[in-house]
Amino acid sequence: MMFKNVKELVQLTEERNTSISEIMITQEMEVTGKSREDIFSQMYRNLEVMEQAVENGLKGVKSLSGLTGGDAVKLQAYIASGKTLSGHTILDAVSKAVATNEVNAAMGTICATPTAGSAGVVPGTLFAVKQTLKPTKEQMVRFLFTSGAFGFVVANNASISGAAGGCQAEVGSASGMAAAAIVEMAGGTPQQSAEAMAITLKNMLGLVCDPVAGLVEVPCVKRNAMGASNAMIAADMALAGITSRIPCDEVIDAMYKIGQTMPTALRETAQGGLAATPTARELEKKIFGGVTSSRDTETAR
Amino acid sequence: MKFRSVFDIIGPVMIGPSSSHTAGAARIGRVARSLFGREPKRIVVSFYGSFKDTYKGHGTDVAMIGGVLDFDTFDERIKTAIDIAKSKGIDIEFKEEDAVPAHPNTAKVEISDANGSLELIGISIGGGKIEITELNGFELRLSGNHPAILVVHNDRYGTIAAVANVLAKFAINIGHMEVARKDVGQEALMTIEVDQNIDPAALSELETLPNIIQVTQIAE
Repeated sequence: MMFKNVKELVQLTEERNTSISEIMITQEMEVTGKSREDIFSQMYRNLEVMEQAVENGLKGVKSLSGLTGGDAVKLQAYIASGKTLSGHTILDAVSKAVATNEVNAAMGTICATPTAGSAGVVPGTLFAVKQTLKPTKEQMVRFLFTSGAFGFVVANNASISGAAGGCQAEVGSASGMAAAAIVEMAGGTPQQSAEAMAITLKNMLGLVCDPVAGLVEVPCVKRNAMGASNAMIAADMALAGITSRIPCDEVIDAMYKIGQTMPTALRETAQGGLAATPTARELEKKIFGGVTSSRDTETAR
Repeated sequence: MKFRSVFDIIGPVMIGPSSSHTAGAARIGRVARSLFGREPKRIVVSFYGSFKDTYKGHGTDVAMIGGVLDFDTFDERIKTAIDIAKSKGIDIEFKEEDAVPAHPNTAKVEISDANGSLELIGISIGGGKIEITELNGFELRLSGNHPAILVVHNDRYGTIAAVANVLAKFAINIGHMEVARKDVGQEALMTIEVDQNIDPAALSELETLPNIIQVTQIAE
């Protein structure tokens, strides 16, 4: 392995005078023995799946449970009205993140980034900033390698599992990954990518995983929406030259330790948080026909 | 380091909604199919832990059967896999087990036909990554991320060295290897994860070695 934390990753880019995506590609070649072309085309296929998922979601989908679907369409119509408060690019990112997760909830085809439950943030922001930054296909594929590099560090030093670390480990990680990749695409430095990741993750620390009825729908879809906006703002802050007082690796470590001390009820068990509200319990009965007992184990992502 | 490839993070491409409960389940089923080497006539899946509690909501059941039908995590046919299997005359049974497993996402897959049967236990550890923890009563670890060779053999000295020599001859590097046996001198199992795709000639040569009972390849 060439890097095991963000500090080493940034150092490598400085020593070799190259980008984070390039380091990730080089490491992948070393680990798998595959050629650059093979690795690139594999990631390009993932990009195509993401684009298709966004398109499908923007046409409108509905999950089997009926809990989610259709919000991406509403948001696009609202953007088209031209009367938005928070601005076009942010809301576009949000609607495309929502679109992806609505497709996921409806058993459509998505690319996990890093998980299925958090699959909206990376493509949502990518296809929104695409409108502004006008990247080449190669730059779009590199966006995914840069996201992957930061996700790789989190997965190996902390967790990307809601059962292990709560939503902060899933949507939190996804949002940090996206923020870092936006910075690289926008022409920021590797260190600025690290700052963006740190700023994003700091603001998602403590986020619990409390899926209603144990399904990857409520609040997962809207958590991806907010994760996308968080990533966009943090990227802009980093590009403005704002730094995180706490280094990125220490933020990741803090996230890990918070996850370890998080009660089981708030880690994908559908026992606590929103999942334990009266309305959630009612929905659960409706969906599963009133036969579900309270869950005492991890539920899904 | 548990995660070695960037495609563990950006990927897999999959049918939703859950990387652990849908994609992971499909991968466990597909490993069973790959080891069995043919379409079975009967499939029995036992769900434990969180798999037991939430399999219906996540399509864990259809994904598991889809995997046994050799569908990949992104194959649209996963959604109707149970219907497809039934139309092929495959007998399917799901069991909800109350035993508390070591890992919350655990499934046991038993597949069979008139000529034989296979039983494996798989766990889904997150992001679509799986591990096979038991095969026909042998404990093992298979990440499912690399091509792998399973060698059933008699527990005799020199057998492991002979297998390693054949792989070396075909320039195949071993990334991970484990050996388990039922008892001293009894039937044993080598689990070999390799970095390169496996030349069929290498497998044929492995089969000719003394004390080798069966050689099976699992490609990614």
